[in-house]
Amino acid sequence: MKIHLNGASLDTEHNDLAALVAALGHEADKVATAIDGLFVARSARAQTPLHEGCAIEILAPMEGG
Amino acid sequence: MTPEKAVPNEALNLYGSEFTSRFLIGSAQYPSPAILLDAIAASGADIVTVSLRREAGKGVDKDTGKESAGQQFWSLIQQSGARLLPNTAGCKTVKEAVNTAHMARELFATPWLKLEVIGEDDTLQPDVFGLVEAARILCAEGFQVFPYTTDDLVVADKLLAAGCEVLMPWGSPIGSGRGLNNPFALKALRAHFPDTTLIVDAGIGLPSQAAQAMELGYDAILLNTAVAKAGDPVTMASAFAQAIEAGHTAFNAGAIEARDMACPSTPVLGSPFWHGTGGA
Repeated sequence: MKIHLNGASLDTEHNDLAALVAALGHEADKVATAIDGLFVARSARAQTPLHEGCAIEILAPMEGG
Repeated sequence: MTPEKAVPNEALNLYGSEFTSRFLIGSAQYPSPAILLDAIAASGADIVTVSLRREAGKGVDKDTGKESAGQQFWSLIQQSGARLLPNTAGCKTVKEAVNTAHMARELFATPWLKLEVIGEDDTLQPDVFGLVEAARILCAEGFQVFPYTTDDLVVADKLLAAGCEVLMPWGSPIGSGRGLNNPFALKALRAHFPDTTLIVDAGIGLPSQAAQAMELGYDAILLNTAVAKAGDPVTMASAFAQAIEAGHTAFNAGAIEARDMACPSTPVLGSPFWHGTGGA
């Protein structure tokens, strides 16, 4: 299915958010996630299905003021 | 002879945690990661602000063994030993700020949050209506919110009612280096909320401006650009640390009131023959 990952288009065969995060090479506790603008807790990723056209955000720490 | 403090400087209390330094420093825009770490050390700051970015690469590239930018920063900032204060920079709606807050809490494992809801692009001034609403939601969800706000008394009152124990009014627009645009309003805010922890956040460009805020009785200063973009960030961090300490000590010591007319500092009683003829 086609999804949006951090603003870019992506084809994926993964069905849930935990599988997508793992397939992208991220350690589960090193990133934070959201789907369609709503936060998804680490523990809820495996129960969060991806759907056609969904917008996934995967965020990591950065500098801030 | 070592000068003694008139009143020992007490600890800064933020949501029940005590800190020696009254300088909170941002981690963005430094010339290099090494200078960032050195500047944090020179500032003496116990608290460093951080943020969230879209993670572009893999966590660790299996081929090169190289960490992603996000993980590199995470490893670096942990070396500072500072307590982290994540922000919601760039959020323009309550929904964005609340969701970013949850992501930050999980990632940084802290209930602390510098809450920003930006209402205007040119001045980066807070949308105070969204800010109060987001603060109400997040405080109810157990966050310990540090709201980036204006110097408006009524907004401050509503943020306290929402559950905030700390307020962070701006000095002037973020990154402008203009100092305290409205010292009168900041003074009124201090007088109106004598028991609330007040931190001037944003707009400070010079150590003298930081000292001015502390002399008004503010509890701490949060700044980033004035150090990060200085010619020598590490030395400037040290200069700010000294100014913040000096301003706080001066406030504790009790400043004189300014007056319009001169008042001789040299006693005039018993002056010799020149008494009455004028002069300094």
